[in-house]
Amino acid sequence: MVVEILFYAFAAVLVGAAVGLITSRNPVHSALFLVLAFFTSAAIWLMLDAEFLALLLVVVYVGAVMVLFLFVVMMLDINVEELRRGFTRYAPLGAVVAFIMVVEIINVVWVRKLGLELAQAAPPLPVDYSNTEALGRVLYTDYVYPFEIAAVILLVAIIAAIVLTMRHRPGLKIQNVASQVAVRRQDRVRVVPMESVRRPAQDERAAGEEGETP
Amino acid sequence: MITLYHVLALSGVLFALSVAGIFLNRKNVILLLMCIELMLLSVNFNFIAFSRFLGDIGGQVFVFFILTVAAAESAIGLAILVVLFRQRRSINVEELNTMKG
Repeated sequence: MVVEILFYAFAAVLVGAAVGLITSRNPVHSALFLVLAFFTSAAIWLMLDAEFLALLLVVVYVGAVMVLFLFVVMMLDINVEELRRGFTRYAPLGAVVAFIMVVEIINVVWVRKLGLELAQAAPPLPVDYSNTEALGRVLYTDYVYPFEIAAVILLVAIIAAIVLTMRHRPGLKIQNVASQVAVRRQDRVRVVPMESVRRPAQDERAAGEEGETP
Repeated sequence: MITLYHVLALSGVLFALSVAGIFLNRKNVILLLMCIELMLLSVNFNFIAFSRFLGDIGGQVFVFFILTVAAAESAIGLAILVVLFRQRRSINVEELNTMKG
């Protein structure tokens, strides 16, 4: 009973956050609503015994991706009013499409129960069940090649994001490390051979100056 | 008791809301990206619910990969958005008609 109440409460917050996300006037508010949606989703995932993914969602999404979104939203100087034009014009169409989709999905998964004979309750887990351990066991054995590919995808994303946003402004004073390293002694130092001759006149003048100053 | 159908219905509502969000905010690229994130979240709900109720951990592995790819996608999308704003001083989708031919 408590579980049901919690589930409905989190689901209500989640749907409310989604509505706020799509109708909010300010993109910053939208991003914060999305953060709320991720937090409540993590709570529901915890109730579905997916602890590792719930924490991953909070750490990776709320901690990294949404902060990136907020950075970009605040960095760009966006004219919100101009982007909001046509909002009310497309609102009825969006509402109709969303309503039809909800009716269809509810019909399939709730009224017809997917046409499957599934057990109502989730299968009980062992007492010493650890979601992280179970996930790790399959991730590093059965799914080890997809795991490596996921790592490569992240590397590609890092490099792509850096290369895309790097800009070369003209007139910028930056180090050219390659040419610094490649420099040779002849380029910088010129050795001028000179005779080492003492000139008596200069010595006398220097001695005279020393004598004048106390 | 929460059943599989509760979670699936919630995920369906979430998905429909994100589709409506794409219809409503069809000019703002940032909000389009956020709506795509919300869509992926609702798909992840399905995976986790089936993984729990069918007793197969494979669904959660797929959620792991979806999270990875979605993070990469949003990072590259936002980088493209920054470059786009630097070039055009606007993120309005309707003004991006340079390649219309």
